[in-house]
Amino acid sequence: MCGIAGLIHRGKSSNVGSELQLMLQALKHRGPDSTGYALYAENDGKNFIMRFKVGENVGEGSTSVNEDSSVYDKRKKLVDNMLGELGAKVIKEDRLTPYSFRYEMEFNDDLMEFSKKIESIESVEILSMGKSLELIKDLGDAAAVSERYGLGEVKGTHAIGHARMATESGVDIKSAHPFWGYPFSDVSVVHNGQLTNYWNNRRVLENKGMRFMSECDSELIAVYLAEKMRNGATLEEGMKDSLTGLDGVFTYFVATKDSLGMAKDTMAAKPLVLYESDDLVAMGSEEIAIRSILPQEIDTYDPFDGEVKVWQI
Amino acid sequence: MANLKTAEKKTKAQSMGLHTEVLTGKTQQKFFNPDEAENFFYWGAYDVDFNKRTDLDVKDMDCKEANRRIDELMSQGYGTIVIKNPQGKHSLGVGILNKLNLIFEGSLGYFGVGSIDGPMVRVNGRVGWSCAENMMAGKVVIEKNAGSCFGAAIRGGDLICKGSVGARTGIDQKGGTIIVGGDAGAFTGFMMQRGRIIIMGDVGINLGDSMYDGTIYVGGKIGSYGSDAIESPMTKSDIDWLKRKLKVAELGENFDVSKMTKVVAGKKLWNYDALEPTEKKGAI
Repeated sequence: MCGIAGLIHRGKSSNVGSELQLMLQALKHRGPDSTGYALYAENDGKNFIMRFKVGENVGEGSTSVNEDSSVYDKRKKLVDNMLGELGAKVIKEDRLTPYSFRYEMEFNDDLMEFSKKIESIESVEILSMGKSLELIKDLGDAAAVSERYGLGEVKGTHAIGHARMATESGVDIKSAHPFWGYPFSDVSVVHNGQLTNYWNNRRVLENKGMRFMSECDSELIAVYLAEKMRNGATLEEGMKDSLTGLDGVFTYFVATKDSLGMAKDTMAAKPLVLYESDDLVAMGSEEIAIRSILPQEIDTYDPFDGEVKVWQI
Repeated sequence: MANLKTAEKKTKAQSMGLHTEVLTGKTQQKFFNPDEAENFFYWGAYDVDFNKRTDLDVKDMDCKEANRRIDELMSQGYGTIVIKNPQGKHSLGVGILNKLNLIFEGSLGYFGVGSIDGPMVRVNGRVGWSCAENMMAGKVVIEKNAGSCFGAAIRGGDLICKGSVGARTGIDQKGGTIIVGGDAGAFTGFMMQRGRIIIMGDVGINLGDSMYDGTIYVGGKIGSYGSDAIESPMTKSDIDWLKRKLKVAELGENFDVSKMTKVVAGKKLWNYDALEPTEKKGAI
């Protein structure tokens, strides 16, 4: 089933970490397996933030293979060495769990080549790269993940998130949403639905040099849009193209450094409720997600089939 | 006719028009007698007074508790209940088989007022997916917008949304009337079997797809027709009925119903024959 939520404050910053947590917690019944946040935070915009993992959460409910935690340190060391070789200068590093890290660093080269090199290290996956994007995903509900990664105080302009019920792939971080729009900085995607032409599209995109880290069909949307943008399409053009290029049922959100978009398939088979005012857009799979941050009476609506919308901050 | 409140199970079932014997051939024994007042009340229904009014704040209740409290209030004779702070909660006001004036001061989530038979409901807000699913009778008025599957499989009553509705409005509809003041999404009237849908605004693609029967009236543009949905000429009785119905729905005072498009089943997909299932088995 899965639940998705997103919000964008236009013209100001807000406590998007705690707001998104409330929205996702309200959708917990739609997806108890994992929760993910893509927060567009108030960073200084000079340095890159790289979120990456060197292993999986092997806690209760995980489908990942148990590993000795000592391998995490070895892989981290390999990442550090590779960063040196690639000319990236780490300004600040945080170890948030035994297997996940946040690095702030100076880097000015091609992100695609950079990512390929880093991810050539066994079990290492870059969750996100960007100057504003902070992408966090792990097993557990919204409150548990927020507490584990200290997201309650994160301020920013916009955010998207996902509460996952694992269906076609494992209960693990690599299959959790959001997905980074590799190799574009600050692009993230969350999705509710099923894509039925996943393998056809994946084969084509891999032949074009794009990378897939999981077997989760939702990852296709991030890669699909990234490939369109790599070839000069705007975000909105890529999203409109996806209505025919992707087969199946879907409602998805995509966010960039300064925008937030939604798309709904032509069957309108997946739910979405939307609230829109001059200074705030909030949306979610169910109205209770919006009500969790806007308890007063408001006007909401369901976007129609085949609808694409993009908002700027 | 037996008294429904005191009758034995079998008599009661028969009194309510239910069959307890195995049907053979085309026998359609009719137990239901509309002249007898008992047939219009469920066994165990409460005698409520519309002038006895109370508020119920459901802010801190889950749907199960809220619905139980509504039932309790009806058992105490309250005929008008105002629900405060519904805040988009799911499954509120479901399964009410009683006369009741129910008012929601706010929005409902999924499956709001589903499987009702009789109450008059007003929602001063929006409703989520599958509002009034399986409604048998009564009147439901939504002041704002509604989600998808609005009025799925309703069998009777009037279901009115003054705003716009999502996809698959009136899916599997078996009776009653659905009225939408705004626009409707794709697959409106999908597999509709009976009843009427009135959309005053535009509708999306695949209108009336695979409808078996029933009628859809559209005031605005039609995205596309679904399989076996065709236009049909408006008649004077259509126009008179639409005028009457929209007036009751508090909609379209100056709306020219004669310009609406009437859509019905082309019946090319019909695959019925005159045989009952048991007869068909014998024939094979």
